[in-house]
Amino acid sequence: MQFMLLFSRQGKLRLQKWYVPLSDKEKKKITRELVQTVLARKPKMCSFLEWRDLKIVYKRYASLYFCCAIEDQDNELITLEIIHRYVELLDKYFGSVCELDIIFNFEKAYFILDEFLLGGEAQETSKKNVLKAIEQADLLQESQSEDWGSLPNEELL
Amino acid sequence: MPAVSKGDGMRGLAVFISDIRNCKSKEAEIKRINKELANIRSKFKGDKALDGYSKKKYVCKLLFIFLLGHDIDFGHMEAVNLLSSNKYTEKQIGYLFISVLVNSNSELIRLINNAIKNDLSSRNPTFMCLALHCIANVGSREMAEAFASEIPRILVAGDTMDSVKQSAALCLLRLYKTSPDLVLMGEWTSRVVHLLNDQHMGVVTAAISLITCLSQKNPDEFKTCVSLAVSRLSRIVSSASTDLQDYTYYFVPAPWLSCKLLRLLQCYPPPEDGAVKGRLVECLETILNKAQEPPKSKKVQHSNAKNAILFEAISLIIHYDSEPNLLVRACNQLGQFLQHRETNLRYLALESMCTLASSEFSHEAVKTHIETVINALKTERDVSVRQRAADLLYAMCDRSNAKQIVAEMLSYLETADYSIREEMVLKVAILAEKYAVDYSWYVDTILNLIRIAGDYVSEEVWYRVIQIVINRDDVQGYAAKTVFEALQAPACHENMVKVGGYILGEFGNLIAGDPRSSPLVQFNLLHSKFHLCSVPTRALLLSAYIKFINLFPETKATIQEVLRCDSQIRNSDVELQQRAVEYLKLSSIASTDVLATVLEEMPPFPERESSILAKLKKKKGPGAVSVTELEDNKREGGELNGGADRGPDTASTPSPSADLLGIRSAAPVGAAPASAGSLLVDVFSEAGPAAPSAAVNDDGFLRFVCKNNGVLFENQLLQIGIKSEYRQNLGRMYLFYGNKTSVQFASFTTTVNCPGELQSHILSTKPVEPLVEGGAQIQQVLNIECLTDFSDAPLLNIKFRYGGALQNLTLKLPVTINKFFQPTEMTSHDFFQRWKQLSQPQQEAQKIFKANHSMDTEVLKAKLLGLGTALLDNVDPNPENYVCAGVIQTKGQQVGCLLRLEPNAQAQMYRLTLRCSKDSVSRRLCELLAQQF
Repeated sequence: MQFMLLFSRQGKLRLQKWYVPLSDKEKKKITRELVQTVLARKPKMCSFLEWRDLKIVYKRYASLYFCCAIEDQDNELITLEIIHRYVELLDKYFGSVCELDIIFNFEKAYFILDEFLLGGEAQETSKKNVLKAIEQADLLQESQSEDWGSLPNEELL
Repeated sequence: MPAVSKGDGMRGLAVFISDIRNCKSKEAEIKRINKELANIRSKFKGDKALDGYSKKKYVCKLLFIFLLGHDIDFGHMEAVNLLSSNKYTEKQIGYLFISVLVNSNSELIRLINNAIKNDLSSRNPTFMCLALHCIANVGSREMAEAFASEIPRILVAGDTMDSVKQSAALCLLRLYKTSPDLVLMGEWTSRVVHLLNDQHMGVVTAAISLITCLSQKNPDEFKTCVSLAVSRLSRIVSSASTDLQDYTYYFVPAPWLSCKLLRLLQCYPPPEDGAVKGRLVECLETILNKAQEPPKSKKVQHSNAKNAILFEAISLIIHYDSEPNLLVRACNQLGQFLQHRETNLRYLALESMCTLASSEFSHEAVKTHIETVINALKTERDVSVRQRAADLLYAMCDRSNAKQIVAEMLSYLETADYSIREEMVLKVAILAEKYAVDYSWYVDTILNLIRIAGDYVSEEVWYRVIQIVINRDDVQGYAAKTVFEALQAPACHENMVKVGGYILGEFGNLIAGDPRSSPLVQFNLLHSKFHLCSVPTRALLLSAYIKFINLFPETKATIQEVLRCDSQIRNSDVELQQRAVEYLKLSSIASTDVLATVLEEMPPFPERESSILAKLKKKKGPGAVSVTELEDNKREGGELNGGADRGPDTASTPSPSADLLGIRSAAPVGAAPASAGSLLVDVFSEAGPAAPSAAVNDDGFLRFVCKNNGVLFENQLLQIGIKSEYRQNLGRMYLFYGNKTSVQFASFTTTVNCPGELQSHILSTKPVEPLVEGGAQIQQVLNIECLTDFSDAPLLNIKFRYGGALQNLTLKLPVTINKFFQPTEMTSHDFFQRWKQLSQPQQEAQKIFKANHSMDTEVLKAKLLGLGTALLDNVDPNPENYVCAGVIQTKGQQVGCLLRLEPNAQAQMYRLTLRCSKDSVSRRLCELLAQQF
């Protein structure tokens, strides 16, 4: 996989993950082009399209589009299920995930993705194992974060 | 369990995000962001040391701002600080920031690498994973240099945790993709391959991606993976849907791993070991069987996962292309999908069948689905699916169904989406040509193509129809009749006028017997389109008219009348005016015999690979038309080989700048049509005339711009030395060929030719002795005359036999325009006066470039003197600069040249400016000299 983008129906980018080195300018250009292309497609259309020399696999979940760019040799259907598994992971972690969860906890969305996919390839496909890794990290956070509960004044800035 | 209750919600961050979301306008958002940036900047700069939490929060805010699409130019240092925090949560945010906002700042990279190194050696698996994720996300060369040797060790070490192994495998994959030279598996190879046997499915899933990538590059070293992959696959395929626990996805056992295993096997030919192969065939059959079983779940995830494996298995079957039974079964399975209610499956089935169509075992089976595919082309609502259908029709086309498929594609073109029209046109053109049994069908098809989608018919397509008509005399009469009829339409496409003009100009006589298409009728028909056409088409029509004068003397008066009228003979377009004047003159003064010779029918074009196919390949990338290519090579291999040879027949072929109508020889000097030259060229001569058989070696060439003597070329066999002297516009070059071996060179021949517009004249070259004894040296003298200024160098081709093998070598001879310089001394006052006289923009050429050689004054002076000009002292007010003057002597003309070279030692740069009385000389000298300093 070369990259994954999450964007809303309004075309707002919610998450971007690039597995190939590209300049910021190029990334923005690709994003703009793809968001436009995908949003212009009708609901019943097929989930795959050719774009430049890549294959785009996308799926819409409620207000969010999940869009992956894969290479010629990669498998479209299994990519579609990569997207679904990621959505399941988010859902399990946040509990009925919605777009807002991803906006406000974008860093978590990235952490979960890194546990699931690395370098553009599936690293761990077991839902249990991925969530275990994330929860372990959260446990570490909780034990450490107690100290900070008493500093509310600072946060308002 | 909402996330905010977990871990530490950063309230400041949440507030900031809400603020941004509440902004009513882009301006308000930018204002809020700028305020935040100012705040963070002041916090980072402030005297008070920030605690880890605040740092984390601010870094996270910066990250959020960056992800919104704004530039972030600070905060990197704070993020790097977080990396060495002991608190997991701070470290994690630090790594995330670095992963997203990599900065090539080398100082920073060093610090980041240090932190990563610490975490990798911490033996804390969570920290190790974070560090590995960061390397995998950034994947830079610097990181590869620092860690590529360490990670394989982590990957195979016995005490590494499974999760760390998974990250290490994919981390290594990423580094291998960016810097393959730095990732050396060496001694680890076999242990990495054996990860396929790991009992942890997650480890296998991660490792196999790495193994696949490595196998593609070094198949031999990794070939033991084949049997391991087969047994792993076999275990998964035969397992019950619950055996693999959490690796079962919607009742499908390990779909990701299965796909990856099947993908890995596609890096290799079918297993040689009979038992392994038998086991694999069994797996593939099981997968095909399962497709026929009723689904275990109605969920789309179930069928997607199952079919993902099925498609991957079919890819493997196609890759092997050796099991007719499996190929036909695959084809039947795809045939079912062609009518599936899921658009995704129809799309993939069409795509997959395209590759099946190229296998001799399944080609016929694919063809049975033609009606379904045609139906898809007509009824699919999604353009990407229709595109696939068109691709498949193209792939399944052969002689038996070409007429049907071409007809369907043509009728689809009438309503086709703009985005795919051009490609469709190319495909129709190719199929029509490739499977044409009778050429009248071919002509009809192409003319229909122009009628239906004229705007999308590229030059290649209409050039091609003309070439074929010219080469096949059995179709010429039909073509003339058909274009004549097509031109009757009140509005016809300009491409039709082009084809019509050309064909009637050549073969109008074949239909002139019919009074309904008498010469004058033909002419009037063509001329009625004239005024609506663009300049290149009009130019073509004028050429057709002069051909008419030759074909039909009775039209001469009418056509001369047309040529003579002001709108032609005084046309503001130079090309049109020139043609009108010349053709008029030619028709008035040349005798019928001369006219007949000059305007003779075009000679046949040499047969070569269709340029349309080349265009389609270019458009779709090399892989995309592999099907056709493969078939072509099988079918017309001989023809293609013949076509590749651009040897002596180029002389009879119009060169790119020649007028196809062949009147150049009769026209006055300089009449070579410039703009129209590109209109009617031989479409095959893209590569230019007489490309030499061996690649041109020009290594030595640039070294001789500023010197005349030295070794031009040397390899293990041969050394070629040069001595040359120039005076005025004449030169003499001595070539010394030295045999460095102890064996005789036989059939030693050398030829010199001058490509392109090279006007420098090689006056005489005496042939050399055909035998060069071992250790001997022979000499050859070239006499050179510079007729006018030039850019291309003459090419020296050397052929000889050494121990039976033919050696063939082509070198650029270092004859450059500056060799004909006469130095001119002048005073500062004179220099600047002339400098100002040469002030038209095109007379000046300037280049700013980096120094490639020493900037030492003496070295520079020696080079400038070697150039042939006079080096003038005390002219430039800045003593660092160099100023030169000279006159280039050609036979017909003297070209004055002034040069100024401004070195900037600090920046290691030069600015070079040339002003010459001839534009082309300025440009050429500037090009040549920019590579000398």
